[in-house]
Amino acid sequence: MSKYILKRILLLIPVIIGVSFIVFALLELSPGDPVRNILGTNADPKEVEALREEMGLNDPFLVRYGRFLKNMIINRDLGDSYLTRTPVVDEIFMRAKPTVILAALSISVAIILGIPIGIISAVKQYSIFDNVTMVIALLGICMPVFWLGLLLILLFSVKLGLLPSSGFNSFSQMILPSLALGAQSVSVITRMTRSSMLEVIRSDHIRTARAKGQKENVVILSHALGNALIPILTTIGTQFGQLLGGAVMTEVIFSIPGVGRLMVDSIKMRDVPMVLGCILFVAVSFAIVNLVVDILYSFVDPRIKSKFS
Amino acid sequence: MEKQKAIKTSSSSVERKRLGFRKLKEIFHRLKKSTLAMIGLAIIVLLVLTAIFADYIAPYDYSTNDLKNQYAMPSKEHILGTDEFGRDIFSRIVYGSRISLQVGFISVGIALTLGVIIGASSGFYGGKVDMILMRFIDILQSLPDILMAIAIMAALGPGLSNLMIAVGLASIPGYAKIIRSSVLSIKDNEFVEAARANGSSDFRIIVKHIIPNCLAPIIVQATLGVAYAIINAAGLSFIGLGLEPPTPEWGAMLSSGRGYIRDYPHMTMFPGLAIVIVIFALNVLGDGLRDALDPKLKQ
Repeated sequence: MSKYILKRILLLIPVIIGVSFIVFALLELSPGDPVRNILGTNADPKEVEALREEMGLNDPFLVRYGRFLKNMIINRDLGDSYLTRTPVVDEIFMRAKPTVILAALSISVAIILGIPIGIISAVKQYSIFDNVTMVIALLGICMPVFWLGLLLILLFSVKLGLLPSSGFNSFSQMILPSLALGAQSVSVITRMTRSSMLEVIRSDHIRTARAKGQKENVVILSHALGNALIPILTTIGTQFGQLLGGAVMTEVIFSIPGVGRLMVDSIKMRDVPMVLGCILFVAVSFAIVNLVVDILYSFVDPRIKSKFS
Repeated sequence: MEKQKAIKTSSSSVERKRLGFRKLKEIFHRLKKSTLAMIGLAIIVLLVLTAIFADYIAPYDYSTNDLKNQYAMPSKEHILGTDEFGRDIFSRIVYGSRISLQVGFISVGIALTLGVIIGASSGFYGGKVDMILMRFIDILQSLPDILMAIAIMAALGPGLSNLMIAVGLASIPGYAKIIRSSVLSIKDNEFVEAARANGSSDFRIIVKHIIPNCLAPIIVQATLGVAYAIINAAGLSFIGLGLEPPTPEWGAMLSSGRGYIRDYPHMTMFPGLAIVIVIFALNVLGDGLRDALDPKLKQ
């Protein structure tokens, strides 16, 4: 198993290098001159040229990318922000906490609500509960996070005055953003749990478990859920990626000082190293989550574990 | 002899068209059984008609300011109220349907074209071609699609064409993977062997024989893809990286109404509702099409 984990970790390296190359190349195309952004449009051409040379912007693209890659791998350095002149890594680590907490809370909300509701829906298929749940889940999937966020602010902050509409320092400030971001994932996980459970519930081993006189709770939670977990885990993994994407919108709506908002602000200010750093942060986080999900597969399904042991 | 051959060819093409028409009829018949899918289809047809006849449906121009009528609540004159510049929100939503449809369909077109090229080549040729193309797709997929779109928008800058390109390019991996798996399941069939024995080129085999046989998953993915494209485009405009005012894009309207949510919630309520209705319609239509195109899947 450790071999498998090591192989998966090693596979992350080419993916991260690939992402960094694509994003580096993309940002190379971005309009505007970073030096003019720093010094202003009326700056002295000599000063502009000197700074260009100092920042290494006169070198060819591949030389600059090679330098970036070397610094990233050997020194764990992503360069300095064009605007604040502080190291990108420091800024990202400072802003990472709210983003990670937001994503973790949202996926927790999605798992805590989605899996039990999906199980009940499957067990009571075509009941009123099942029908109502499926309609709500469908609506949840259709509701973009940026609109749901605004509706939650309108209801809980403006009309009822129960929860704050911005910030991310106290638990009460975290409730609305986590609900807004997690709602779509609740719907997706509910639907996936339901359909996965429905497939398993009809299989022979469940009938056998019932015939042996097992209690219904044990049949559902131990025999059925255990076998239905693989697609649910996959969905949770992909949903985490969606949450990292959705976090950008959520952070903008609720004024959360996270990596997503830092990225949007940096794009608007044409701070290329910061944008690159933020995107790499998300790519690495997403890759780590997928790795964790893959490792969890082996605990859920012993066949996968035996393949690599 | 040649005349006979020509008659034979034309009659076989007529026969093929008839078969195709019958198949379409069958699919529509199965689609009709799903009430939700029909509601979805009706909404999409209505949306397309709204976009085409926007000039006749919208009571006001979408960009004309009326400073005497700022922040007006819904009334007889302005059924969905007005925004901070006194512009009629209903008219802006009506004109916005053009942008949403354009972004939805064109970006899916971009994603589909490139996804078909990558997925079909990868699945058909296998080996090194497959390895290289799929690693490239894996790299693209290592970022959530909205973030890839954000990165592309950062490079291209705001604007409608850039928005469509960004959203389209970001959603290539999904299409490429689906098409690859469909091609893999089809390429060893006898009719492909027969086409190869007839001397057909690889390009002809892929275009004429393989792709038409994996249309079902492509159509379903494309229908749902339009929904994702509309949401992603609206999201990009919402955070200020997509379309800029005064373009009546629904996401941009939500973004500009955000600052007035405490006193004038109608400015954000209605554009958001428009997005939700269209996404709902495309989702239920996509689900219905999946069942109609592949009845085995439903069973």
